[in-house]
Amino acid sequence: MQTTAPERRQITAVSRPSDKAFQGVVTAGALSAFVVLALIAGFLFLRSTEVFRTFGFDFITRSKWDAGSVEDARAPQFGVAAMLLGSIIVSTMAMIFALPFVMGTSLFLEYYISRRIRFVLVSILDLMAAIPSIIYGLWGYLVLMPYASHWAASINKYLGWIPIFAVDRENFDASPFVASLVLCLMILPIASSVTREVYSRAPQDQITAAYALGASRWGAIRAVVLPFGLSGLVGGMLLGLGRALGETIAVLLTLNLVFAVKFQVLASAGGNVASLIASRFGEAGPLELKALMAAGLVLFVLTLLVNFGASIIVGRASRSTK
Amino acid sequence: MTSTTSLVTPRRPWVNRRNVYKELIPTFGIAGALAVLIVNFTGLAGPLGSYVAFVAAYLTVSFLFGMRHDKIKAFDKVMTTLICAGFFTAFIPWVSILFTVFKRGASAIYWGYFTSDMSVTSGDDELNLGGLSHAIVGSGIILLIASLIAIPFGIITAIYITEIRGRFSGLVRIMIQSMSGVPSIVAGLFVFAILVSGRGFSAISGAVALSILMLPTVARTAEEVLKLVPEDLRTSALALGATQTATTFRIVLPAARAGLVTASMLGMARVAGETAPLIMTSFYSANFSTDTSGHPLASLPMYIYQNFSNGTDLALSRAWGGAAVLLTLIFIIFTIARLASGRAKG
Amino acid sequence: MDDATIQTGSNMNTDANTAPQGGNPLDEGRVGINGLQTKGVHVWFNKHHVLEDISLDFPANSVTGLIGPSGCGKSTFLRLLNRMHEFIPGAAMAGEVFLDGKEIYAPDVDVTAMRLKVGMVFQKPNPFPSMTIGQNVLAGLKLANIKVQDKDSLLEECLTRAGLWKEVKDRLKTSGGSLSGGQQQRLCIARALAVKPDVLLMDEPCSALDPASTLKVEETVVQLSSDMTIVIVTHNMQQAARVSDHCAFFLSDGGPGVIVEADRTSVIFSTPSDPRTADYVQGRFG
Repeated sequence: MQTTAPERRQITAVSRPSDKAFQGVVTAGALSAFVVLALIAGFLFLRSTEVFRTFGFDFITRSKWDAGSVEDARAPQFGVAAMLLGSIIVSTMAMIFALPFVMGTSLFLEYYISRRIRFVLVSILDLMAAIPSIIYGLWGYLVLMPYASHWAASINKYLGWIPIFAVDRENFDASPFVASLVLCLMILPIASSVTREVYSRAPQDQITAAYALGASRWGAIRAVVLPFGLSGLVGGMLLGLGRALGETIAVLLTLNLVFAVKFQVLASAGGNVASLIASRFGEAGPLELKALMAAGLVLFVLTLLVNFGASIIVGRASRSTK
Repeated sequence: MTSTTSLVTPRRPWVNRRNVYKELIPTFGIAGALAVLIVNFTGLAGPLGSYVAFVAAYLTVSFLFGMRHDKIKAFDKVMTTLICAGFFTAFIPWVSILFTVFKRGASAIYWGYFTSDMSVTSGDDELNLGGLSHAIVGSGIILLIASLIAIPFGIITAIYITEIRGRFSGLVRIMIQSMSGVPSIVAGLFVFAILVSGRGFSAISGAVALSILMLPTVARTAEEVLKLVPEDLRTSALALGATQTATTFRIVLPAARAGLVTASMLGMARVAGETAPLIMTSFYSANFSTDTSGHPLASLPMYIYQNFSNGTDLALSRAWGGAAVLLTLIFIIFTIARLASGRAKG
Repeated sequence: MDDATIQTGSNMNTDANTAPQGGNPLDEGRVGINGLQTKGVHVWFNKHHVLEDISLDFPANSVTGLIGPSGCGKSTFLRLLNRMHEFIPGAAMAGEVFLDGKEIYAPDVDVTAMRLKVGMVFQKPNPFPSMTIGQNVLAGLKLANIKVQDKDSLLEECLTRAGLWKEVKDRLKTSGGSLSGGQQQRLCIARALAVKPDVLLMDEPCSALDPASTLKVEETVVQLSSDMTIVIVTHNMQQAARVSDHCAFFLSDGGPGVIVEADRTSVIFSTPSDPRTADYVQGRFG
């Protein structure tokens, strides 16, 4: 009685041996990114276990960085709290400075000029993204710093009663303020290009509808483009934050590293994990080297998290528009 | 149907140059005059101060002009001014960087700068002595080795995502994305831990560190490029009985050749100026050398860093000279990339 | 032509619009206040000549249907009526368009104020996704910075006129994207009505809708025409016959689009003077 259902056939593709070999090689090669990431995390962890075992959680929460000395019978002590906090302060300030310029640049390029000029300006923007950080650092120290110190002094003069703008000593050189201005410049191209990309996909029919309702250009942008591009802006800024957190040489040249937790952004004292590694690396003994590896691991995890969040947000922003 | 066609000329009534100028010129004029007043009577001074004064004045004037119509127009004008100012202000520092690098770099550059090294010259000797031939060659060697590692792996990664489309495609893409966020100093630390510690600085280790930073750029650009190869090309090749291997190597990769050059060049431009990882891998030497292992090797970024650390005026001039050379090199690589991608599109 | 009940419904004349343009008082008499008129209009997209010598009257407080096969320039013509071409690079035009007796392409016209008087509904419903239903309706007021005393009653009035009030009155705070396609389109009509335009341009407003929603929108159009000028582009012959008072038949024989015939709808559908019109309205081509 039972009608036999047609038997499903499995389509099996037998690749040729040559294709199989090709696929194998390519797959192995493609997993290299995975391997490298795992190796970085593994090696840094392996080299820093001793530090973590010795100092435990203090490594994250203390800010004293002292290689110790045999003559004075001083025990070495390592903690990255000041540097970690400094990294976050400097990068956050860079983001705050960059935000209006990122929005201005991406809106200007997308909605205020003709297509032909846009192509030229976008190429220039890409080129600016390729300026190496050592040159940003050089320029930041020798050209920007005199100006920035002057600005910082004015801010301190008029707004010094706000705790973060206060200083203990009247020295405004190499402050977190200066370093974050340089970082702001460095993350502008990448953040702008991501944001512009998302803004450019704002639905044309809604923009047209806004215009047909009698909106001005800014009205159309505010009603349609800004809400639509919000996730792109957030993602772009986060990518910039990831860059800023990991930036070494430009910060090393423009920031005075001081091992103390401070919130005075105009004072000539700040912290930065990446710069710490570069500056202490040369004269580090075996234990300090391990502490630097541990600091590198902390930085690695931090930037990985930020970048991960950024790429998820940017990915969602670009997928929702397709 | 009608013979009037020839009599009618197309026009664009919405492009009203005259009206635009009629608004722009007075706004510019009044804002300029206001700016002069502001500069004369307040603490703002110098080109930068004048610029700030002008933007502020322009903002006010355009708002008032807009208010002659209505609030909407005024607000639109203010936002237009703010957005344009945001863009142009962002460009000021970049113009300043380019200007400073080439102006101050020029003082250090003479013919011998490209032919001699720093083996018998110290950073604060006169500028007509010594040069950076060793740094150029060192950078070239390190970049070459880094490219030899990163470009094949980058392209293979892209092939995996676009051609094999295996089940790790999503994972691989995430990994590439994460890898592009690895701080350069961390890459340096890692290479130091596996290749340098106990063995000493070498060009090879510097190249390995740079290749880690280069791989994601190459992989992502190459992926974009391979995606541009029309799907029909692949299907028709397979329908002709070509194996996947042959399709990839004979059809897809040649079709994307120019784009792959762009990907490689962008990767090189990305790492040519990296300094932080080189501090802990290839370090610096003042001598001209082509040795790839066992000895530290000079490079342009480290030459700049070294002279900057020296700190005297003459050494700083050398640093600017190195910066000018490095920037020129990067711009050349970048232009090649753009030309190649232009050809890929055309 | 049309016994226009003169009731403008507009209270936001701006300087640019009330200033006399040296227009054509005689013509104004022909189309009535709030009427729309084009004279010898041409449109080009780059080198491509799209519309040739279109002269057409849109009498006030009536519905004019623009019919014709695809690609004959109907939508292009419609967009010309509220200057939406400015956003297309390479577009150019010739001729004149009069709204209320004033040339809208004159150099001193305030475009945004002009667009406030000419509402537009698009082929695809396009409510702003970031706003609620209520905010969508009032979006035009917000964009044009127009203050209203009683937002709630305006909201109810517009939604009622668009035939949507009963369906959404309990969920004005939900997103406009949660509505069905037909409801979204009526929401867009309500949005266009909120700024009290004199003219409503509709670009195939029903082509993306199901028959039931189409019927609702058509009812809305007929009701609205009692006090505003409506221009509707449609592919659907029956729709044109149902809703319009006047019809213009556009045709392009590969070259630029031209008007073959324009007359009362009853004439176009019963005794057209041009054989091509007869062929088209009887469904023999297009």
